[in-house]
Amino acid sequence: MKETLKNTNTDFEMRSLDAICISEEEIKTPSWHNLKYLLFGILFGIILIKAEVVSWFRIQEMFRLQSFHMFGVIGSAVAVGALSVFLIKKFNIKSIYGEEIKFPVKSMNKGQIIGGLLFGFGWAMTGACPGPLYAQLGYGATVTLVTIFMAIVGTWVYGLLREKLPH
Amino acid sequence: MNLIELIKQPWPWYVAGPLIGLMVPLLLIFGNKTFGISSSLRHICASCVPAKIPFFQYNWRKEIWNLFFVFGVFIGGIITLLYLKDGGAVVVNPKLVAELSQYGITDYSGLIPNDLFSWASLSTPRGIIMMLFGGFLVGFGTRYAGGCTSGHAIMGLSMLQFPSLVATICFMVGGFIMANLILPFILSM
Repeated sequence: MKETLKNTNTDFEMRSLDAICISEEEIKTPSWHNLKYLLFGILFGIILIKAEVVSWFRIQEMFRLQSFHMFGVIGSAVAVGALSVFLIKKFNIKSIYGEEIKFPVKSMNKGQIIGGLLFGFGWAMTGACPGPLYAQLGYGATVTLVTIFMAIVGTWVYGLLREKLPH
Repeated sequence: MNLIELIKQPWPWYVAGPLIGLMVPLLLIFGNKTFGISSSLRHICASCVPAKIPFFQYNWRKEIWNLFFVFGVFIGGIITLLYLKDGGAVVVNPKLVAELSQYGITDYSGLIPNDLFSWASLSTPRGIIMMLFGGFLVGFGTRYAGGCTSGHAIMGLSMLQFPSLVATICFMVGGFIMANLILPFILSM
């Protein structure tokens, strides 16, 4: 029993490495409950495309300061997100399973700077961050498969070199 | 104008932005999940080619919700293509149109420029750099930074986390450098 617990904790620590969206569910839910995430993903995909934030052209505009559109989208998204987090904390709102909602705290390291700059380069080249890549593929840009494959390769190479990179 | 016709128009930032922001409480309340997408790439590595690398040795099934979510984004793309497409080309700043035309980029019908990203352009130097190297940097950079636009810029900033602010600023600085200083050379190839 003790051993199992230890293993789970190590597993959680490993999963939380260099990741912001990680969560340990204490309540076991049936696997079909995952379908709600499929639904949320579908909504998110539609929003991304209709807002043109997955458009390579819109990303170029943003990085040339030629349009307010992208800044407006990201800014208002953060405003709504921050207000939601504030309200959840203030009123101690629970998840639908009655769990306390947890917010992971990330520590500062060199990765956010070096990795951030490298991702910025990639974002301006491909016109996509990871989410939009999936949306572009769905929207019929089959060649995005190549970009997604290379993003997976990039992630894999990072995993391979992780211990040798400055953090 | 009926609702479907209205939805088919490109959405203004003040509609799309708040909707994207609502993903944050939606995921928190319906499953205690923090919004983030780039981790899906790591889970794909962990499930398909872990290759005994410690970084990929974890129970990826515990994060399977993330894969459901990104598969949903893909399906969302298909639904938009089939039912919610307006057919018009994206309208951008004339200065950008003028600049891109120098590099032979004139087709604005797709999300990504067909003149640059296509199976055929995989045999051109600029196509190889943009797709292969660009894609690699997206995967490598997001993992190194510990998140992408959704994880850091939206979720992280919503939680008022300083590392996420640093990461978001670096995303932007990297993008500015690439778009303004390096891309002109790549696109001229």
